[in-house]
Amino acid sequence: MFKNLKITCDEATTICDKNQYGEATFYEKLTLNIHFIKCKVCFLYTKQNNTLSKILKHQAKDCKGKSFTLQNEEKEILKKKLKQTDI
Amino acid sequence: METKVVLDTDKWIDNYADYLYNYTIVRVNDSDLAKDIVQDTFFAGLKSAKNFEGKSSERTWLVSILKRKIIDYYRKINSKKGQAEVRMNFYSDGDNEGDWIEERVPQTWENEAEKSIENKELKQQLASCIAALPEKYRLVFTMKTIQDFDTEEVCNELEISASNMWVLIHRARTQLRKCMEDNWFNS
Repeated sequence: MFKNLKITCDEATTICDKNQYGEATFYEKLTLNIHFIKCKVCFLYTKQNNTLSKILKHQAKDCKGKSFTLQNEEKEILKKKLKQTDI
Repeated sequence: METKVVLDTDKWIDNYADYLYNYTIVRVNDSDLAKDIVQDTFFAGLKSAKNFEGKSSERTWLVSILKRKIIDYYRKINSKKGQAEVRMNFYSDGDNEGDWIEERVPQTWENEAEKSIENKELKQQLASCIAALPEKYRLVFTMKTIQDFDTEEVCNELEISASNMWVLIHRARTQLRKCMEDNWFNS
């Protein structure tokens, strides 16, 4: 039964990535943690990935909810362009 | 035959340009590109205005055109090259299949504790590392990470599978990790 719990580094990092968004299943997290026992590289990758997620969260907070608008001149140009292409 | 809908394109721009622009920039993360896509959307709307049956609101109708434009753009950048390479960091066959390729192994970050404090420079470095990502990774990555889209939304909007999305996220995260390692943590 333990054979099924064995995953490759490739799979481990995918689970780790999913987990950054809270989208890894319980089973996946279990296999990931078992993988850590023998693989220090994936453990390090995960640790750094977590750090990245933390700083990215700050970035997201700054960007989200920001509202972007076009300049009035840009809108006027667009209006003109649309008028020229009468069909 | 009388026309049912009288087109007032000035009003279109006044009413919907900002909404469409905002909708686009959140997804493509580039203001010039977003402007181009919005402009294309208005043109396409003008061309197919006679097909607009008034079943939905004008805005919904324009957004549906815009969504197509975003998918078209995404297809274009995503098909250029590199779709075949499935994983970049791991051996894809032989005894080592699925193991880390040696030179791709992450390095220890030296000053992590003192360097990971939140400050302006860190933010700038992160932003420039995100900007340096190839477009096709960046788009998916920012939608998912910065704008917090659900996996389902990203997949529907870009017409990609979930596993394809995770591959792109993985590539983006590895490149970002490396970029931050070289320019921030171990610099």
